[in-house]
Amino acid sequence: MKKTPHPEVIPGTVGEGLLQRGVTRREFLKFCTAMTAMLALPPAMAEVMAAAISKARRQSVIWLSFQECTGCTESITRSHSPTLENLIFDLISLDYHHTLQAASGEAAEQARMQAMKDNDGKYLLIVDGSIPLGNPGFSCIAGISNHDMLVETAKGAAAIVAVGTCAAFGGIPKADPNPTGAVAVSDIVKDKPIINVPGCPPIPVVMTGVLAYFLTFGSIPELDSLGRPKSFYGDTIHDRCYRRPFYDQGKFAQSFDDEAARNGWCLFKLGCKGPVTYNACATTKWNDGTSFPIQSGHGCIGCSEPNFWDAGSFYKALSMPVSMTPSMLGAAAAVGAAAGVAITWHNRSTKAAAKAAHEKVTVQELTREEK
Amino acid sequence: MTHLDLLTFARGSALNWALMVFVAGVVLRLFEIFSLGRKPDFAKPRSNSPGSGWRTMFTRSLPAQGMMKHHAVSYISGYVFHAGLFLAIFFLAAHIAFFRSMTGLSWPNLPTPLVDASVVAAMVALGVLLAHRLNSPVKRLLSGFGDYLAWAVTLLPLLTGYMAYHHLLFEYTLMLALHLFSVELLLVVLPFTKLFHTFSLFISRWYNGDIFGRKGVAS
Repeated sequence: MKKTPHPEVIPGTVGEGLLQRGVTRREFLKFCTAMTAMLALPPAMAEVMAAAISKARRQSVIWLSFQECTGCTESITRSHSPTLENLIFDLISLDYHHTLQAASGEAAEQARMQAMKDNDGKYLLIVDGSIPLGNPGFSCIAGISNHDMLVETAKGAAAIVAVGTCAAFGGIPKADPNPTGAVAVSDIVKDKPIINVPGCPPIPVVMTGVLAYFLTFGSIPELDSLGRPKSFYGDTIHDRCYRRPFYDQGKFAQSFDDEAARNGWCLFKLGCKGPVTYNACATTKWNDGTSFPIQSGHGCIGCSEPNFWDAGSFYKALSMPVSMTPSMLGAAAAVGAAAGVAITWHNRSTKAAAKAAHEKVTVQELTREEK
Repeated sequence: MTHLDLLTFARGSALNWALMVFVAGVVLRLFEIFSLGRKPDFAKPRSNSPGSGWRTMFTRSLPAQGMMKHHAVSYISGYVFHAGLFLAIFFLAAHIAFFRSMTGLSWPNLPTPLVDASVVAAMVALGVLLAHRLNSPVKRLLSGFGDYLAWAVTLLPLLTGYMAYHHLLFEYTLMLALHLFSVELLLVVLPFTKLFHTFSLFISRWYNGDIFGRKGVAS
């Protein structure tokens, strides 16, 4: 297909970068159309988005990694490369990122300080990982505690994106008993707009979508009560799941990979948390739209919800108790029996006392009351 | 506290305590009833009818003559409600999963739309029974706080379960938590109210059947 040039290419913009990388106008519009659809925007916004992103300066981004496993970075950078999403990612100015940047030590910190100075009030701050409050030494970078680095970097940010469940809600580090006193970004920063993009890891296209929205409108998308973009976290996995009709019919897989599971029957009984998990896995899917956990036969573990790690076993159905044990019921029965014995003793002693107090009356003792 | 935290609490500590109060309460009440005892009956039975008590436990669940004529509303609504509630509790797949986790026992579930219909029927029947209770001067006079409490705590699990399944009023996670809380309220209240008939009816039916058998009255 003949490549058509990008109109009105301005030097130093995303548009110029796309052109240099050989991305056609058609490909770029396709990307913008997909993005507007995912963000639940009107179709006409695709062109607006294309124009806005093309003219946008490379967005300065500072990425801070705290108590995390780097899974979020892995997901976003490697999941389905090379795609347009990746290129868009390349086209932001990622000024600081532990895993991806070449610089290290003082030079790396210098890059962060320089980006903060040059783009004061305009840069986007992305955070993955939770922040330990128990002891600053639990997690620090270049001798700076996670808490102090977050507070310092958040000051000049236009907005903050908390990527992954750890940054958004505390995640696994916060799981009971939370040994490091881990908290989410929103527990520390209160005066900046925060977009939570939870998931363990989050879906790459959700991240790209949020970025595209920010570049287009200069603001953050509509969020739900937990600070998640509604366009991606508006529905439960269950409500968008292709196995849902079987749930409605009451047809369930009894064990992993049994015939029912292979025929697409619902995985609810195997512990699927899809009904209480808000995310876009069932629609956007993973690995370039190849599949998602439920499609490959494993129930949803609910990783985009706060405290999912402490919400009971991944393999217990939602209708099953989280922590009930037979010994609890045995103890309750013993208490009931003991109370029963006490009541029996009380009833019988009351009866015996009444019997002892009973005075027999003979006919002779009865006197007729005179009227 | 997020909705999922609330649901985890409802499935966790709240459920544990509710079940423990329920079990302790049931054992206590059964102890209380059985320990009352009966004086020995030295009279010779008028007829030899072994198993009369056991038979009566089940025969009393069958329709009795004259009920349609004299108590049509209570009769029909009573059957519809109890059948609907029974199907909902024991034949919804999610509920069977609960029983399996508690007892290790499992049995086939009914199609969900059928259980759904039985829940609607049970709720309608409960509504009719309440209206009948309020409109009948005699029933209204006989009704006390315990009767209305028993009605309310029985309706709530049905209503919240129905609303959770159909995504009504609140989002599913919150509604499911409310459903569990309503079940927990029922569990706590059951042993100490008229709802204890769930257990005691079998005892009283056995006793009635047995004593009538001894007195020569067919059970």
